[in-house]
Amino acid sequence: MAARQETVARVEAIDVDAYKYGFTTDIESEKAPKGLSEDIVRFISAKKNEPDWLTQWRLEAYRRWLTMREPDWARVHYPPIDYQDLYYYSAPKSTPGPKTIDDVDPELLRTYEKLGIPLREQEILAGVETRKVAVDAVFDSVSVATTFKEELAKAGVIFCPISEAVQTHPELVRQYLGSVVPVTDNYFATLNSAVYSDGSFVYVPKGVRCPMELSTYFRINEQKTGQFERTLIIADAGSYVSYLEGCTAPKRDENQLHAAVVELVALDDAEIKYSTVQNWYPGDSAGKGGIYNFVTKRGDCRGRNAHISWTQVETGSTITWKYPSCILRGDNSQGEFYSIAVSNGHQQVDSGTKMIHLGRNTKSRIVSKGISAGKSQNTYRGQVSAHRKAEGARNYTQCDSLLIGHDCGAHTVPYIESKNPSAQFEHEATTSKISEDQLFYAMQRGLSAEEATALIVNGFVRDVLQQLPMEFAVEAQKLISISLEGSVG
Amino acid sequence: MINLSNEADAVYAAQFETMRDSGAAQRRTDAYRAFAARGLPNRRVESWHYTDLKAALTKPAPLATTHSVTHALARTHDAVRLVMVDGKLRPDLSDLDTLPAGVRMQCLQEALASAGPTVTATLWPDNADDAAIALNGALMQNGLVVTVAPGAEAPRPLELITLVSGNEPQAVFTRSALIVGAGAHIRIIETHGVLDAGTEAASLAGAQLNHVLTMRLDADAKVDLLTNVAGFGETSVSVVSLIAHLDARARLNAHQLIEGGGLLRRQIFAALDGEHAHAAFNGVTLARARQHADTTLVVDHRQPHGESHERFRTILDGQAVGVFQGKIIVRSAAQKTDGVMQSKAILLSDGATMNNKPELEIFADDVKCGHGATCGRLDRDQLFYLMARGLPRGEAESLLLAAFANEAMAGIEDEALRDFFEARIGAWLTGRAGA
Repeated sequence: MAARQETVARVEAIDVDAYKYGFTTDIESEKAPKGLSEDIVRFISAKKNEPDWLTQWRLEAYRRWLTMREPDWARVHYPPIDYQDLYYYSAPKSTPGPKTIDDVDPELLRTYEKLGIPLREQEILAGVETRKVAVDAVFDSVSVATTFKEELAKAGVIFCPISEAVQTHPELVRQYLGSVVPVTDNYFATLNSAVYSDGSFVYVPKGVRCPMELSTYFRINEQKTGQFERTLIIADAGSYVSYLEGCTAPKRDENQLHAAVVELVALDDAEIKYSTVQNWYPGDSAGKGGIYNFVTKRGDCRGRNAHISWTQVETGSTITWKYPSCILRGDNSQGEFYSIAVSNGHQQVDSGTKMIHLGRNTKSRIVSKGISAGKSQNTYRGQVSAHRKAEGARNYTQCDSLLIGHDCGAHTVPYIESKNPSAQFEHEATTSKISEDQLFYAMQRGLSAEEATALIVNGFVRDVLQQLPMEFAVEAQKLISISLEGSVG
Repeated sequence: MINLSNEADAVYAAQFETMRDSGAAQRRTDAYRAFAARGLPNRRVESWHYTDLKAALTKPAPLATTHSVTHALARTHDAVRLVMVDGKLRPDLSDLDTLPAGVRMQCLQEALASAGPTVTATLWPDNADDAAIALNGALMQNGLVVTVAPGAEAPRPLELITLVSGNEPQAVFTRSALIVGAGAHIRIIETHGVLDAGTEAASLAGAQLNHVLTMRLDADAKVDLLTNVAGFGETSVSVVSLIAHLDARARLNAHQLIEGGGLLRRQIFAALDGEHAHAAFNGVTLARARQHADTTLVVDHRQPHGESHERFRTILDGQAVGVFQGKIIVRSAAQKTDGVMQSKAILLSDGATMNNKPELEIFADDVKCGHGATCGRLDRDQLFYLMARGLPRGEAESLLLAAFANEAMAGIEDEALRDFFEARIGAWLTGRAGA
């Protein structure tokens, strides 16, 4: 009897439902009627008080979307999505554009506090933390607060919700919006173009090194809402910016759709470092609920010597469909992709990158670490291509997969296309399990099987963790060990 | 407006009607339906992403009917020869009397008439879901069914030669089978080409070859397979498939030399369906001008302790397009699998294109699998080193390229055969340097 109880207790302890951000915030919200139509698109556009060109741009996207088919080439399976059964706009009612942080609904502040995201500037200044991070907090469809705006403005950096940028810097938005991910790009990006509600906008002027890390925190709260955010980052000639993105959602039984678009533009000599820690609700241990994360992220190295680096730690979402890419257009430009994708439970990950070499002497580097456990499927899908004029292009790709348990799968699908003899492409991939010897060694020194696994996994992903800003690296490391809880033994 | 794809479909439908009653009517009908449901594969079909067969076969040639050519074939190997020309066995060119003990040969037609379960299972394998192979199943005109008795050890290799005569554009569909009994060992040389290779008639005729070799290795059987595809003209379209099924401890050691011609696809589907099965696939692809050479490989590990090693080299000149798609599948039962795949390509010209797609699909945790792929030009330092020692550029390049290609041929156990393949590579390189 006692033994049986112990077993029950142990099984409970290793429950994969250990998602600690699964609470909901009880806040009244204003929603658009359910479903999608031209009226909803106009409604969202009107809510944001958008100029006519943008409304038309959205409508064009919507009409295009109606003619498109949902992509089915990824190694993910899910029941058909009823696009008419979703809310495309949801905003906390009490925030008609808060002026200062004190105007923000205390319930919302508490939510972010619980998530560990500081929205009060003074707390950070008074605290022990020495590095400042400016945060744009997006709650369902709207941005609720952006911190350190003034300090950033002094440096000339524009960091605000994109809906605000449309009002204050329409010329920049009009010039760059959709210039990296065109309206017609793919099913989910086109849908996003039609109904996106908010997201961050960053402009770093010529020669400016952004004085602090910029960050957006996305939170889906409402039931049956899709979150469609749009991020646009422009680094003008010679500038530098590091941007972090984090996300969580409540535990809900039905699946929620998240279809974001991120566009990065790096001009001559500019550098953008984009880091993501993605921790959407992954569904419960039976595979019920969770976020569908169908995201289009692309960076355009438009100028000479431009440099774009993507770093991602993917632990959440029930389905991930995400390929942050670099278009290496400018001569000597560089693209990097560092990824850790952890899947457990019934998660399905199909993620990777594209490095499109167009300019001369362009370089790219891909390091992808996939860890699959439980009953999950984890696929790396990547493309590296060199076009005729990509003289001297170089790519190095390494993708390693680690399998924990025998019900999971790890897959590698690279497409390597070269049309230039001087392009040098190297690709390496391995799949293995944690070696018995390593486990034995660590356990012999007193670690439990789970601790030993965590230690080895940390070593496995170290190359990528090192690319993350420090605070994020710590968080990411914790996340990975939480995600893998229950996968050993 | 004429819909070209429909034109091709209509031609195949008519050809199927003429072949329907040529044995295995039900199988043929099933195969035709499977083909008709999909049509010729194009770039939208993932496994044909880099090779558009539909665009290449808008005008299917008529099924080959003429076999009147009298011809002597030069002997290149000390082997027992079985020759098919235009889809028909040619006893006059074959060594039917000297088949080694334990080796039996039947024509496909005979085999279909009296097919036992083993022959049927071998001819219709379950591990190659492909429209081009389905089309072959519907239209196959003939082939050779070779059975090697359990424990037999064939002293001389068997050479299976499939030729298309080069006078008129014609389509040849052949399907051969090799059944190797438990513990038997045989060496097979597979040669595909055109009769009168190198003549103007051959290169203009536009042969359309669709050949399938299915192979079954019972427990402990061993097969050394050497495949050479060469001599097809610039307007030809050929799909040469191998489907292999390996039982426990069976060993397949395969090498191929693909010398480009028109559009050419070599596809291999191997299922390792017994414990400790071992398969090695090695290949060299040489292509120039506007040739398109595709090697597609799927190795399916279904049982524990399997091992597979793949090593491929591609050299591309002119406007040639090279494709390598290799997929290692490890099923959840196939624990302790060891799989390594390597594909390297060298581009010699500005116009050449290489597409590499090495894939891993793994459902078992206790495995060691990896792949590597590289693509680039000849190493400048190595070239400089050789030229500094007085070698003219062309010779230095040929030397380095030969070394690069021969790496994939090093595993040929028979020295004479290895020399033969290396000499063919050398001849291609010399032809290139001289051009």
